[in-house]
Amino acid sequence: MANRLLADGVGRPIPTDMNAIQVEKLTKRYGDVLAVDNIDFIAPAGATVGLLGGNGAGKTTTIAMLLGLIVPTSGRISVLGHDMAKDRFAALARMNFSSPYVALPHMLTVMENLRVYGHLYNVPHMDERIGVLARELDLGAILHRPAGQLSAGQKTRVALAKALINKPEVLLLDEPTASLDPDTGDMVRTWLEQYRAESGCTILLASHNMAEVERLCSNVIMLKRGRVVDRGSPDELLARYGRHDLEDVFLDIARDRRQAIVA
Amino acid sequence: MKPMFRRIWGLMYRHLALYRRSWPRMLELAYWPILQMCIWGFTARFLAARMGSPAIMAGAALLGGVLLWEITLRSQMGMSISFLEEMWSRNLGHVFVSPLRPFEMIAALIGMSIIRMLLGVLPAILLAWALYAFNLFTLGPVLVLFFINLMIMGWAVALGVISLVLRHGAGAEPLAWGVLFGLAPFSAVFYPVSVLPAVIQPIALLLPTTHVFEGMRAVLIQDVIRWDHLAAAFGLNLIWLAAAALLFARQFHQARVRGALMSIGE
Repeated sequence: MANRLLADGVGRPIPTDMNAIQVEKLTKRYGDVLAVDNIDFIAPAGATVGLLGGNGAGKTTTIAMLLGLIVPTSGRISVLGHDMAKDRFAALARMNFSSPYVALPHMLTVMENLRVYGHLYNVPHMDERIGVLARELDLGAILHRPAGQLSAGQKTRVALAKALINKPEVLLLDEPTASLDPDTGDMVRTWLEQYRAESGCTILLASHNMAEVERLCSNVIMLKRGRVVDRGSPDELLARYGRHDLEDVFLDIARDRRQAIVA
Repeated sequence: MKPMFRRIWGLMYRHLALYRRSWPRMLELAYWPILQMCIWGFTARFLAARMGSPAIMAGAALLGGVLLWEITLRSQMGMSISFLEEMWSRNLGHVFVSPLRPFEMIAALIGMSIIRMLLGVLPAILLAWALYAFNLFTLGPVLVLFFINLMIMGWAVALGVISLVLRHGAGAEPLAWGVLFGLAPFSAVFYPVSVLPAVIQPIALLLPTTHVFEGMRAVLIQDVIRWDHLAAAFGLNLIWLAAAALLFARQFHQARVRGALMSIGE
């Protein structure tokens, strides 16, 4: 069975069984406010898909619905073949999430935090897994320090370790490099690229960092006022808007310049 | 370990790890129960010295009431505050997107409530024995049934508090400390139900705690186990707990509909 396209402009159907995430006619309404308006998208297995849009575009609401934190007003979400309305816990065990806006208990040490989530995700050989993550994300020196005493960069690496504790098949990242210095941001991006290549994990990335999106994402979904206003690979979007970087494409969309450009 | 039990243990471990390293936290648990015990213990001793034998019996009922009420209070606060600590640390967003089911979270909170209650009340029980020669365990094996009923009542009230926090956010937090004090006058902790005005008595009898304290006084004063009161306490607790669970399930779902789980407490 073929699905509608992630990249509308390409015309190449993606088989349903290859989609790690499938969102159909998803809507979320809070009273009179339409936060997400009838959106459709898919994330093929093993891809990194960017969810872009200005503040209030509906990115965080969409991610929260994908995680089961928010009940959609209408529409359907399927993650790894599980219908999130009926079977969300089966999907949640195979997913994970990281956001700088959701903290880890700051009085617990990094090790204790990772052990808590190791238990919650029923991670086998937990101490071994924590050891691997500590090596790969350079957490060795801070494992026994309280999370509240870490720098922003260290907190981001710990949050990433928590998000990878269960070797997720789907990883949802909400601005994973926000407030990081360029060096740490680059390290996180390199690590994400490496993890995706090695594990085949599907990543849905919400970010305001357009250079990051260009580097990591094979497909991009542009949201504005809760609606999908464009989509495609970074190259396709650059060509469509006649721009050299995604930041300009983002601004064209945010400032309603698309019509003029396309015309 | 089965995944379900491991998830429950995971959330309990998150709280226990804090207690393991922080003696002030441990001290805080026992502080108020011991303080209550001292105040009412000296009051009972003073009355016994002035008024003789009838006051000794009243003093025993008073101390028994203080200790058993602390069981309900500490069970309720232990559960409510463990939930609030998740909220204050802005960790609920991570907890609710993990495979931890809501009922598993409640089970973990109940586990923490039992531990916190025991750490708080046991020192007070021992102190009552050491300072005033009042041994709560002379109530006999029925004490276990009293304990169970009082804890269940505490959990039902805590579930109600958590539901209100889910509905109203940080504004409902103070209920975690104060709500049970509002039920104390109707629970006949220190006096029999017959002392209450006639119009209040039917309300008092709807509380499981009332039947436990009536039962406690029957054992202490008449040396009789009132099975009717115990049966009423268990029956009412079932109703209270079921109602609280329904309220929690509804408010949890409503919080997901409103999108409140990520921002709760802010």
